[in-house]
Amino acid sequence: MHPLIIADHTFHNRLILGSGKYASAELMIASVLASGSEMVTIALKRIVTQQDAITSDHLIAPLVRAGVKLLPNTSGARTAKEAVLAAELARQALQTNWIKLEIHPDQNYLLPDPIETLIAAEELVKKGFVVLPYVHADPPLCKRLENCGCAVVMPLASPIGSNKGMQMRDMIAIIIEQSNIPVIIDAGIGKPSHATEAMEIGASAVLVNTAVATANDPIEMGKAFDMAVKAGFIANSAGPAISYSNAQASSPLTEFLM
Amino acid sequence: MINLNDIISKNSWAYWEDYVHNVSRHDVETSLNITGKHSIQDFANLISASGEQFINNLAAAANQKTIQRFGRTVQLYAPMYLSNECQNICTYCGFSFDHKIQRKTLTDSEIIQEAEFLKLQGFDHILLVTGEANKTVGTNYIANAVKLLQPYFSQIAIEIQPLDTDEYKLLVASGVHTVLVYQETYNRNTYKEYHTKGKKSNYQYRLETADRLGEAGIHKIGLGALLGLDDWRVDSIHCALHFLYLRQKFPCVKFSISFPRLRPAVGVKHDENKFMTDVQLAQLIATYRLLDINLELSISTREAKKFRDNIFKLGITSMSAGSKTNPGGYTLLEQELEQFEIDDDRSVQEIYDMLTIAGYEPVWKDWDQIFHIN
Repeated sequence: MHPLIIADHTFHNRLILGSGKYASAELMIASVLASGSEMVTIALKRIVTQQDAITSDHLIAPLVRAGVKLLPNTSGARTAKEAVLAAELARQALQTNWIKLEIHPDQNYLLPDPIETLIAAEELVKKGFVVLPYVHADPPLCKRLENCGCAVVMPLASPIGSNKGMQMRDMIAIIIEQSNIPVIIDAGIGKPSHATEAMEIGASAVLVNTAVATANDPIEMGKAFDMAVKAGFIANSAGPAISYSNAQASSPLTEFLM
Repeated sequence: MINLNDIISKNSWAYWEDYVHNVSRHDVETSLNITGKHSIQDFANLISASGEQFINNLAAAANQKTIQRFGRTVQLYAPMYLSNECQNICTYCGFSFDHKIQRKTLTDSEIIQEAEFLKLQGFDHILLVTGEANKTVGTNYIANAVKLLQPYFSQIAIEIQPLDTDEYKLLVASGVHTVLVYQETYNRNTYKEYHTKGKKSNYQYRLETADRLGEAGIHKIGLGALLGLDDWRVDSIHCALHFLYLRQKFPCVKFSISFPRLRPAVGVKHDENKFMTDVQLAQLIATYRLLDINLELSISTREAKKFRDNIFKLGITSMSAGSKTNPGGYTLLEQELEQFEIDDDRSVQEIYDMLTIAGYEPVWKDWDQIFHIN
């Protein structure tokens, strides 16, 4: 599979996993390894934030040992200011300047605040972070984030944890069409077929948590998502056949006129 | 703007009492089969006596929703009683002003001693509890305690007397994440009978506490009724109404519901007819989960081992463990002067092991003090 390049890092797998909601840290690690995912996001609020987190935290340490890239996120932040502070703490604790920027003050749908996200993104880029912002499927906002120096944009497919799939498909297609940076579909991917759909329309990668972590067998579901993402990516590269609303005869009926 | 006094009015108790005791089996089935958002009528239908026979269906639906939102995790926290001084007379409480018990308020060094013990147990979320003695255990005392405890704990919650908005702003700025304030009973008449003296006798001031908290920018508000003071179904409907009102008004605030059931305390007699059964408590917890997928639902060590070992599968997402309910109870004093009697007295490690064996991850930390630096 064609590698995905984000900032200075090359990925050979286009599935990114979350680390929450698993029955145990051991099951989380096993699912990540089974899925082939090379990057896992983790909420700063869930980990110990001392300098030795990389070796002592029960979620972080095994991921580091497995060679998985850590993507700390700012979940819990309600403002740009809180998100920037969280990013700085994450950089110190996890020794990475990568940050998944999440600012969702609303507690009912966890929808990202576009204004605070843009303000924080601008500041974090200036501070030298590789910024991966979680946003609405909002094409002008994604363009603003690209222009300010974000490494990727991460539009939601549907509300986080909803498992509702590509509800924002049309807007995501516009974002992909207009973007010069990778577009990673984050939130709402509930089934492998949703991931395939996202990749088929040209997403660079997908991020999945609930659908894997809460499956009856997260390890097998991790494998299924790996295959689904690969299938979608290959299908997009192969150029999917165009769909029509009317029937198209395989042998044209007007051939005799030629 | 919806008005709280229109929702929890003088007439609402009689209205919902009549409603909830006339729910049919058909009403329950209709509410069980709703795929979208549950209304307060659905909530009432599901906690009704007719709803009790559907406990298996309720449990299955609540289990599914809880796993979708929270995964297989349960947060652990410890209560730390800072003081049992109290100026209120509450007829059901062991700390009541008229009880001749030894009063104790922890000093700075005692607070730290208790904190070090709890930290060694693994706790990172703590709930500070006091009686209601504004002069000796007021805002400044609490702010000082929070400052002392910040180096030890990521999330600090408090369960103290209701305060004014400005006082809450001060506590939020000092690092308080959550405030729990239970209305005890939403029945205005019964409330007066149970709260005969002290600031707590002001029903309206207590009712509006959550509004003041929302305005002060708190992260999480905990609500609850003291189940057993009056008709638990009608009280729970009012608590749910209160929550729905607050959810609409403060979309950036998280909410938590607790389920204190009356237990024997020093020198207090209770009307056992108002106790809810285990099945009814499970019914209530599962119904709250269907009402709102994001709600934190919390259970304390008041409940028995068998109940606690199973109830998290029906919606509970937060549990206390190894609790002592008297000031200095962990390291300074024997368990006496308690506010309520503990039923599940297992150690923290035993609770941790129980959750792990059940296939759930005990979560110690789900917050960081970084989010309080303004």
